[in-house]
Amino acid sequence: MPRVVVDVMLKPEILDPQGQAVANALPRLGVNDVASVRIGRRIEIDFTGEPDLDRAREIADKLLANPVIEDFTVRLVETDEAAEARS
Amino acid sequence: MTARVGVVTFPGSLDDGDAARAVRIAGAEPVRLWHGEAELHGVDAVVLPGGFSYGDYLRCGAIARFAPVMEKLIDAAGGGLPVLGICNGFQILCEAHLLPGALTRNQHLHFRNRDQILRIEATGTAWTNTFQPGQEVLIPVKNGEGCYVADPATLDALEAEGRVVARYVGGNPNGSQRDIAAITNQAGNVVGIMPHPEHAVEALTGPSLDGLGFFTSVLKHLVGAPA
Repeated sequence: MPRVVVDVMLKPEILDPQGQAVANALPRLGVNDVASVRIGRRIEIDFTGEPDLDRAREIADKLLANPVIEDFTVRLVETDEAAEARS
Repeated sequence: MTARVGVVTFPGSLDDGDAARAVRIAGAEPVRLWHGEAELHGVDAVVLPGGFSYGDYLRCGAIARFAPVMEKLIDAAGGGLPVLGICNGFQILCEAHLLPGALTRNQHLHFRNRDQILRIEATGTAWTNTFQPGQEVLIPVKNGEGCYVADPATLDALEAEGRVVARYVGGNPNGSQRDIAAITNQAGNVVGIMPHPEHAVEALTGPSLDGLGFFTSVLKHLVGAPA
């Protein structure tokens, strides 16, 4: 059964101090060619029946993302792909 | 008759006890409200206290906004019920769209805990009518996600409509846009404030008694308001 994945990111104009802190730590790993890092959130939703993208969008808009500061995208992935992405 | 001021407890609320105490010291009767009960018990005003409702999961205040008590509260606030959101309460009011904008991670990423000078700029609200315009007060601030953000049009509207209730003076503790520490809705009955007036109501425990003014203001507002 396909799974719905919601990606939530801070809007480009909103400062991401967490991402900046990670970017600032990279030179300590010897990484000096990263211009910026931004951190978001990935949410995986399994419906009891067929995945419903409209319903997922509604969930994302009302709860998962705050449209004042965040954008979100909704997409379907095959569950084996989702498992692979995590491995 | 003594005014009855509700204080909501969510799972993870931290300052509900202090908020109830501040209500009592101001001369009103605190009424403890439970997040899971869709019932305001006929209170005259409500305080949403500080803390970490629902463990700050997802975003601060995002899950608390859907608590059963909030349905009633959102309706009542629309009808003019005075509501004060402190710290996490401010975050909940923004998530509930009772106030514009959002509160994000402090710009420097550090939790800030200190006594903070604020300038009170809007004295027409239900919660600030005992202050003088421009009055400076000393109130503890303690937050990790207190950086107020909104789009420029919203910020301009807040300024133009006199809805910036208080600003940080002598250093901005969290990077809030335009040094905003507190805002109100158009009607002036809903106020969100990041610092903690309930921690500045007694000489023994607070840096001043300045916080008491927020709680005596709502009593004055209730007396002046038509029954």
